[in-house]
Amino acid sequence: MKSRSKDQTVAGIDIGSRSIELVVLNADGILRQLKTPTTFDPLGQCRRLMGELEGGRVIATGYGRKLFAESFGQMDVSTITEIQAYALGARFLHPEARTVLDIGGQDTKVISLSETGKVFKFEMNDRCAAGTGKFLEFMATALQVPLESFGEYALRSDRRIAISSMCTVFAESEATSLMARGERPENIAMGLHMAIVQRTIAMLRRVGVSAPVVFAGGVAHNPCVVRLLEEQLGQPVIVPGNPDMVGALGAAICGKNGF
Amino acid sequence: MKPDCFEKFQNAGERFLLEVSELQDNGKKVAGIYCLFAPVEIVRAAGAIPVSLCGKKEKPIPDAEKTLPPNLCPLIKSSYGYAVSDTCPFFSASDFLIGETTCDGKKKMYEFLGRIKPLHLMHLPYSAAEPHALEFWCEQIHRLGSFVEESTGQRIDRDHLRFQIRIHNRIRKLVRRISLFQRAQRVPISGLDIMTVMETKSCFVNPERYISLLVEFIAEMEAIAVDGFSPFETNAPRVLLTGCPIGKGSDKVLSMIEESGGAVVCMENCTGVKGLDLLVDEEEKDPFLALARRYLQIPCSCITPNTGRLTLLNRLINEYRVDAVVDLTLQCCHTYNIESRIIGDCVEKIHGLPFLHVETDYSNSDVEQLRTRIEAFLEIARWSAPAHAGNGKPPARIQFSS
Repeated sequence: MKSRSKDQTVAGIDIGSRSIELVVLNADGILRQLKTPTTFDPLGQCRRLMGELEGGRVIATGYGRKLFAESFGQMDVSTITEIQAYALGARFLHPEARTVLDIGGQDTKVISLSETGKVFKFEMNDRCAAGTGKFLEFMATALQVPLESFGEYALRSDRRIAISSMCTVFAESEATSLMARGERPENIAMGLHMAIVQRTIAMLRRVGVSAPVVFAGGVAHNPCVVRLLEEQLGQPVIVPGNPDMVGALGAAICGKNGF
Repeated sequence: MKPDCFEKFQNAGERFLLEVSELQDNGKKVAGIYCLFAPVEIVRAAGAIPVSLCGKKEKPIPDAEKTLPPNLCPLIKSSYGYAVSDTCPFFSASDFLIGETTCDGKKKMYEFLGRIKPLHLMHLPYSAAEPHALEFWCEQIHRLGSFVEESTGQRIDRDHLRFQIRIHNRIRKLVRRISLFQRAQRVPISGLDIMTVMETKSCFVNPERYISLLVEFIAEMEAIAVDGFSPFETNAPRVLLTGCPIGKGSDKVLSMIEESGGAVVCMENCTGVKGLDLLVDEEEKDPFLALARRYLQIPCSCITPNTGRLTLLNRLINEYRVDAVVDLTLQCCHTYNIESRIIGDCVEKIHGLPFLHVETDYSNSDVEQLRTRIEAFLEIARWSAPAHAGNGKPPARIQFSS
């Protein structure tokens, strides 16, 4: 890695399925962090987000990384996978992290880190978005609860019922039949949260999970998912202050340090 | 830089069709085969020409799904779809078909395929080591012989069968010789190109001419290897690809590995080196028994236990100085899917190498997710390659209560 002057900035941009995050670093630390929805015009959104940012190095990650690299050819752009980005970001915020869980808009990743913070093994859902942020969003809409308060809502349940379907469409049918039986919607919401956590735990088991676990991605804002994960793991999980910025932060750090 | 004669491998299919139609006009028969278990020596000894009909493209799958369930392996659906929609010139050219009871999906699909063209089904034992397995399989080879004799109207002469055995052993040795070029530090040719070459081993009309072509390719490759040319960057992780068969049209995982900076140095699958080092005993008095012995050793996941695959993989990992292993399972292929755990344990625990299992089909719906997984996997492979050793031990695992 070439040495860089002190005032030089490095940007990390994470172009995900639901949102785009930008983190700009300089020698003193985080200069700026911004977030915007992806929409159907991800490039336009990137342009607006990049705004007056001039020159400097940009590291792109997320599904849109290749598109970004092709479209911002005039800048010094390179790409890394979300796996590396989340590992770097989580490790920067919590150097003791050994497992990173990221539940984003359409996929879930479990990353196992070695003692020195290198990605050791990872698991990712293949193609279906069952059990990801999309699932919660869909179900919140079905229950007419704002997504932001869906977790709090579920925590008001008074009994736990199992919802066995992982598929978003089937789970909605299951929720509908529970409602028809007079089940409280809070309990149904809890059942849906339990389904997503069960699936996540299965993925954690496959990779093998070591403590401490850092939980990042948009779904980490959901207090019910956090509570259920902690119950199942039998230990606390660490949720960073801005869990959805971890990927962009990791990308920026990669630009700063190399990896 | 590729050998000049590479083009002949790329055009093998077209040339096959041209040559074969002329021969068919003169009474030659074509046998459509679907699997490595089909004893091609028997087919050739009866004067027929074998050709692989294994479906590798997405296109005919909707036609197959009119009859077959959608949650079936794409290879089976593609193979049947080509047949039922009559869109594969190789299928059209085939006079009769040979299938084997390898996996459940295939053997039931053959019940439908047999309605379209005459099909002979060989019954394969589940285990290669059971007491009567060899005897049973040998009987199956005899029965295939009778079927092919009837279909071609030509008797199988034992001496001619021995001649075909020698010819096909020669072909296996030459194709294996080609695969060995990838052992070099500077890998001289891409895995995708090697796949193109290897795929022709089930698509040639004249064995002697095919042998000459392989010899020509080897000579050209030797010159390229001496020059030290490589299509890969010097630090490209050396990947071994194992699992279900792939080919032109179903090469997305192989292509993606190489586009992402990896070098596929070896393919342990039916298109690749599986079975290449298994030769038929030329000294055995009974050529049918010699064939039975050889074919029963093919380390396919439909055989249980399939210890031969682990033995082969252990050898290949060392022989090709592999940095990482990718195991490709086609969706709904239970046997390869289940076996993946065994392969993964062997790769990670015995060889200490990164292992990635991907389950996919022929469609492009998962390419971006696959790309992320493959790129991230190659990032790991780069870090764990010997040059970067000492990245810390694997972490201790949390024990789950339930």
